[in-house]
Amino acid sequence: MELITTLINGLSLGGIYAMIALGYTMVYGIAKMLNFAHGDIIMVGGYTILVFLNLTGSPILATCFAIAFCVMLGVLVEKLAYKPLRGSSPLAVLITAIGVSYLLQSLAQILFGSASKMVNVGYLDSLSFGGITVQGYTVFTLACSIVVMICLTLFIKCTRLGKAMLAVSEDRGAAQLMGVNVNRIITITFVIGSALAALAGLCTLMKAPTISSTFGSMPGIKAFTAAVIGGIGSIPGAMLGGILLGVVESICNRVSSIAPYTDAIEFGILIVILLIRPTGFLGKKRREKV
Amino acid sequence: MKEERISQKTGGFLRAAKKVRWKHYVNYIVIAVLLIVFSTSSLTGGMRSSSQYLLEKIAISMILAVSLSMLVGFLGELSLGHAGFMCVGAYLGGKTAAILSASLGNGFLTFLIALLAGGISAAICGIIVGLPALRLKGDYLAIVTLAFGEIAKSIFMNSSNETFGGALGLETPRYDRKSLFILAFLLVLLTLAVIQNMIRSRHGRAITAIRDSEIAARATGINVTRYKLIVFAMSAFFAGIAGVLYSYSNQTLQSSKFGFNYSIEILVMVVLGGMGSINGSLIAATLITYLNVKLATILTGNLAILQNLIYATVLILIVIFSNAPALSGFREKYAPMNLWRRKRTAKVDPALRRDDAKSWSRIPTKIKMDELLSIDTRPEEHRAVRLEGDKPERRD
Repeated sequence: MELITTLINGLSLGGIYAMIALGYTMVYGIAKMLNFAHGDIIMVGGYTILVFLNLTGSPILATCFAIAFCVMLGVLVEKLAYKPLRGSSPLAVLITAIGVSYLLQSLAQILFGSASKMVNVGYLDSLSFGGITVQGYTVFTLACSIVVMICLTLFIKCTRLGKAMLAVSEDRGAAQLMGVNVNRIITITFVIGSALAALAGLCTLMKAPTISSTFGSMPGIKAFTAAVIGGIGSIPGAMLGGILLGVVESICNRVSSIAPYTDAIEFGILIVILLIRPTGFLGKKRREKV
Repeated sequence: MKEERISQKTGGFLRAAKKVRWKHYVNYIVIAVLLIVFSTSSLTGGMRSSSQYLLEKIAISMILAVSLSMLVGFLGELSLGHAGFMCVGAYLGGKTAAILSASLGNGFLTFLIALLAGGISAAICGIIVGLPALRLKGDYLAIVTLAFGEIAKSIFMNSSNETFGGALGLETPRYDRKSLFILAFLLVLLTLAVIQNMIRSRHGRAITAIRDSEIAARATGINVTRYKLIVFAMSAFFAGIAGVLYSYSNQTLQSSKFGFNYSIEILVMVVLGGMGSINGSLIAATLITYLNVKLATILTGNLAILQNLIYATVLILIVIFSNAPALSGFREKYAPMNLWRRKRTAKVDPALRRDDAKSWSRIPTKIKMDELLSIDTRPEEHRAVRLEGDKPERRD
């Protein structure tokens, strides 16, 4: 019984990681950059929920506002900080992304103070069937992530825009020659990634209702790890990696003797998996040709 | 003929050769002169302990930046976990010093043994992290180094009180503050001597060849595996030494300090200093550490949160300004080096200036494209069909 509850908790945590990892992996696949500021978009989403929850009192409305705000912020960051650097060395873009991450964190500290704040996004009743009791937020997170994954898969597979995104990630130059507007595709990627980050922020807040300026750092790094485990650049890979990492974390947290080493175990798994499969589970192997 | 004329002008070929050599040693000399100035002022008692602390921090940053520069700038492998190596060195070196100071006393010998212990343990970790590097490329390797840094941090954080102090932190022996920064700068000179000479040697050229093209390097017979492991081990060794210095400089070690953010800070020094430039990383390390320490002392209380804001804004602006492709024309026009060079080239006798187009046309092997394109490559019998006076047609 307890094992099943742990697994369900793990799946829901994995759902959060998968939602964040999708943002990392899509941006990496399409813009070929590691967006280290992605974790801080989650933090911004969390704070926006806090502000609009106080203004409107409705969690649903606050979430909608948070998604809209994060999307605007993501696009703004892309236009101001990353677009001027397109075509320069990847390391420069990486450092800029880290600069943006510091900037967002310090702005949050200035605006909201460095002490952590409580955010009461509402309580969902826990469900129980057949002797298994599952927390309400777990079910919500699980449902959320499943819906997001299905929608995203359908979007990529079935729409013209989704196919254009696939084409850009496959070969940017060729896609441009076929008439795909690469700049627009990159903007749309950031829109989707930021919206998912805001949603992940909501789910994290439902799980633990406190927020501070480093709210998104650790989930961000973990989700990045998940994206790499699944093969960075691959959308199903990000889902797989996220869920794997969530389940592992949830199991480790249940076993008291190894609970303090949860982070170390997760990163250790990453190293082992990369040693066995150097491009992650579903990553494409690129043969270098001379 | 031309060389003779140049040598007459500049005062001999020998002097030119000497000038180049001076350039190689200029960073040692600058550091040594500064060290002599600062150490005399410190030993005569004319220096505040806050300045001594600042100098220790600058020396530590210099060692870290130079060692990471070798890994990122010369071998071309991105590392996001340099603070992890430093963490291993700091803890093991600090622990060694704490144990030895009971029997050997807290002297120079203990310091030396602690340095070796910290450096070697970090180097072993460097080899362990370097092993995946043989299979992984680019961003995948970067995440492995990140993971290593987090693992090291987490292990020391959860250690028991008796071994490494755990969450409370490890107490390490202190060294006389008046002379610690002198030792630290001597270690900077040692690091520079080892890494700079390595880079300028045959091995260094092999390392840069691996950076530029691994396949080509392998094809020319360079043992890529060996060089990658050597660079990882050396880079980690010096990071470990910096860690030991850090443990002597701060009497309590907190493993949370050696997180991702610290690794990034070192990487920023290397990137802002210029990839593949050791002097650049030295200057960037000095400036960034100085600004960080100064900002932390100036901005107190409510203003303290402004420090990160200033840092982040300056970082983004500098990186965009120095890397954006759209600004490359502006950069070339106003770069101080180019302004200086333009002045120098303007002074050169016009007769000595080389006319590139002229010398190009003198080269006898220049391929005459027009003639080549008009050659009829068809077999003899097809060519016979051609009517007299017809222009040769090109078939694709």
